[in-house]
Amino acid sequence: MKKLQKVTLTINDREVTAKEGMTILEAARDAGIYIPTLCYHEKLAPYGACRICTVELSRNGRSRLVTSCVYTVENGLIVKTESPKVIKVRKLLLELMLASSPAKAIQDLARQYGIEKRRFEADKTNCILCGLCVRYCSEIKQANAIGFVGRGTERRVVFHPEIASTVCASCRECFSLCPTGKLPSETDGVCFDDLTLDDFLKTQQSPA
Amino acid sequence: MDFDELAKVGSMMGSGGMIVMDEDDCMVDVARYFLTFLTEESCGKCIPCREGIRQMLTILNRICEGEGKEGDIVMLEELSEVVQDASLCALGTTAPNPVLSTIRYFKDEYEAHIRESRCPAGVCKALVSYYINPEQCQACQICLRECPVGAIMGGKNIVHVIDQDKCTKCGTCLDVCPIRFAAVEKLSGRPVPAAPPQGTKVRRVKKAQQ
Repeated sequence: MKKLQKVTLTINDREVTAKEGMTILEAARDAGIYIPTLCYHEKLAPYGACRICTVELSRNGRSRLVTSCVYTVENGLIVKTESPKVIKVRKLLLELMLASSPAKAIQDLARQYGIEKRRFEADKTNCILCGLCVRYCSEIKQANAIGFVGRGTERRVVFHPEIASTVCASCRECFSLCPTGKLPSETDGVCFDDLTLDDFLKTQQSPA
Repeated sequence: MDFDELAKVGSMMGSGGMIVMDEDDCMVDVARYFLTFLTEESCGKCIPCREGIRQMLTILNRICEGEGKEGDIVMLEELSEVVQDASLCALGTTAPNPVLSTIRYFKDEYEAHIRESRCPAGVCKALVSYYINPEQCQACQICLRECPVGAIMGGKNIVHVIDQDKCTKCGTCLDVCPIRFAAVEKLSGRPVPAAPPQGTKVRRVKKAQQ
């Protein structure tokens, strides 16, 4: 087996050593450097949907923005985790999320980045579609009881009734992963009309 | 015309198609058209593309409805920059192009919508009214018959008047009004003149003038 090489990069003017194949986010966290995340979970494959972990990367005098949760470390990378450009992107992303999901986790991050008032409005879905529940159910539980439907602004998370009715009642592990608290409080309604998940599970467990 | 030249003016080769437009195409409406398409095309995975395009479209809809606000153009540019920089794939990173290039070359059209409630191309229905000039109407009753919602009042020898509340701004009256009368006008950015008193008789255009 090929031995993993050490990689040296610079994060916020600090030299950081990481293992080959690590992401910038992992390297930064190992070095105690904070990068905010919403759709990242250490047990799950990187997803890169929330874009909150965006950092500025420069090499050979050119800079660009990348998501640190999916970008793997390379020798000689110069990473800035809080450059003006990065902060600008994070602030606007948080404002965009707040429009539909004014949940505590999002509000806390928004406050941290100095956002005072909401500029955007959207249907309140309380879901930022981070996919933690969907990916956890698929990757860890391998149950696939929950998934995405639709695309674009119509994209939603829904339980698949035929699977959910057999596995969800005894699991519910995705509930604690949900950053907005939507999952525990309600299901989307796409599959179940007006039923909450609890209603659904009750009816499934004890058929009248 | 090559890849680099198109990139310079804020466009791209795409599939090599080209759309020719003239002064009758509203550039704000064109941007809105493309973003409507893109909200449907976006997969919805990443936030900047899904939510950013959604908010940009909301602003464009607002401007086309005549409810644009000062600062909307700046906000469109701010959103565009982040959607370009932060989106996951090329759909998101290029989605703001139609908005940015229309602002770059036709900013005056955006400003006319926002500041003067005027659509220079006469496309945005909320900003357009149709009006029958009583001096020119010859009461031929063609528009009166053709109006799909019955919004035109008048009769034989009686000057026709459009009921602005009923009018759906379909433009049929303008299309059917005989060119020799040219009585129907499309107005934008200025109020519709008061209608003549009910039953006003037609002022005949003298043969010699024709």
